[in-house]
Amino acid sequence: MEWRSKDAINSMLFFALLVVVVFSFSFDPNAEESRQIAGGLVWVAFLFAAVVALNQTWARELRNQVLDAYRVSPAPANSLFMAKVLGNFIFVAVLEGLMTPLFIMFYQLRALGPAWQLIPVGALGTWALVVNGTFFAAMSLRTRSREIMLPLLLFPISIPALLAMVSGTTAILTGELSARFWIILLASYDVVFTIACLLLFESVLQAE
Amino acid sequence: MKRAFPILAVLILAFLGYTAYEALVVAPTEQTMGNVQRIFYYHVPSAWTAFLLFLINFVASIVYLIRRNPAADMIALVSAEVGVVFCTVVLVTGPLWARPVWGIWWTWDVRLTSTLVLWLIYLSYLMLRRFSTSGQTPVLAAALAIFGALDVPLVYFSIRIFRTQHPQPVIGGGGSIDPRMLHVLLINWAAFLGLATLFCWARYRLEYMRREIEETQALEALLEPRGSR
Repeated sequence: MEWRSKDAINSMLFFALLVVVVFSFSFDPNAEESRQIAGGLVWVAFLFAAVVALNQTWARELRNQVLDAYRVSPAPANSLFMAKVLGNFIFVAVLEGLMTPLFIMFYQLRALGPAWQLIPVGALGTWALVVNGTFFAAMSLRTRSREIMLPLLLFPISIPALLAMVSGTTAILTGELSARFWIILLASYDVVFTIACLLLFESVLQAE
Repeated sequence: MKRAFPILAVLILAFLGYTAYEALVVAPTEQTMGNVQRIFYYHVPSAWTAFLLFLINFVASIVYLIRRNPAADMIALVSAEVGVVFCTVVLVTGPLWARPVWGIWWTWDVRLTSTLVLWLIYLSYLMLRRFSTSGQTPVLAAALAIFGALDVPLVYFSIRIFRTQHPQPVIGGGGSIDPRMLHVLLINWAAFLGLATLFCWARYRLEYMRREIEETQALEALLEPRGSR
């Protein structure tokens, strides 16, 4: 679906690239400092890029009343929701896959801790952003100025997940602390909010 | 009912005056902090009241999603609004106290950060209610309220691990509070609860009347004969 319009992915990639470049100018880090701040930088870049993508999720369905068709269709609302989440997840994951080498290149990153742990942190973190983001995007669909509404709803709720992603990434990069607690926290965040989304999505979709 | 409101208002205001006297004059001066500590009688009761109101908001939201009862929705709205007000009081009085006592306005400590995040979440809840254009705002808001409440324990745990260096416990770690201070604290809390009830009641009546007017106007627009315009 998303591949049909190249606008979204191109603008997101360009945006994330800009974040990388601008931050490297404003901080001018050496290798040791960049390990400390890269965790935060990476996730801020991904977060903003993800919001751009998430805003598109439901907006395109509004155009031809597709959403109304979903409402009357016998297909369960939750499978629609999960499909959307999976689509967004793949989309954001591809973006992250493309951006990560750039980050490594520009900031001369080399993980001092166990690097494989970055994969669960990345996957769980992306899921946390995408599952809540898709839900809140459906929610802000019916509000005025919905592009700005999504981050307003998503950021406060995501604070623990963001904290876990950033701290987990930093812990792995610096190798000083164990990231295990953060991975567990992210996993429980994902479980709690995936269940909450599935329970509540039906009523949000039906809300006209 | 209508007559009860002003009577209650006067009673609670008088009680607030009395508790202010207790807090500012009667309560013993704290040994190390001096008079600055007296802000504690406003800070802590506001925090307890705010958390209680957010709890009410959570329960009312669940009830609304199950029963679709408009009264539950109004209670949720009102408790969130008044809760944000009290939470703001907490966030303002906290730094005022922290500056002379800790030497800093703000520290990213567990309680401070959790309260700030809570405040942000409920502010976004009120924003959603304000910006939502559909007639189904209550459903969306209730869903968000449940998300917010689920988030609170996660916020707390994540920050607890994130910032392990905890500055001196705010209430002296529990048992070491002077009983006279505790007494003043508790009556202040009672007064704050009364004030919160008063606010909620006034706001509830306002919201109720606003909805009644909206309904009447909608009805009148329907009943108006077509040719008259």
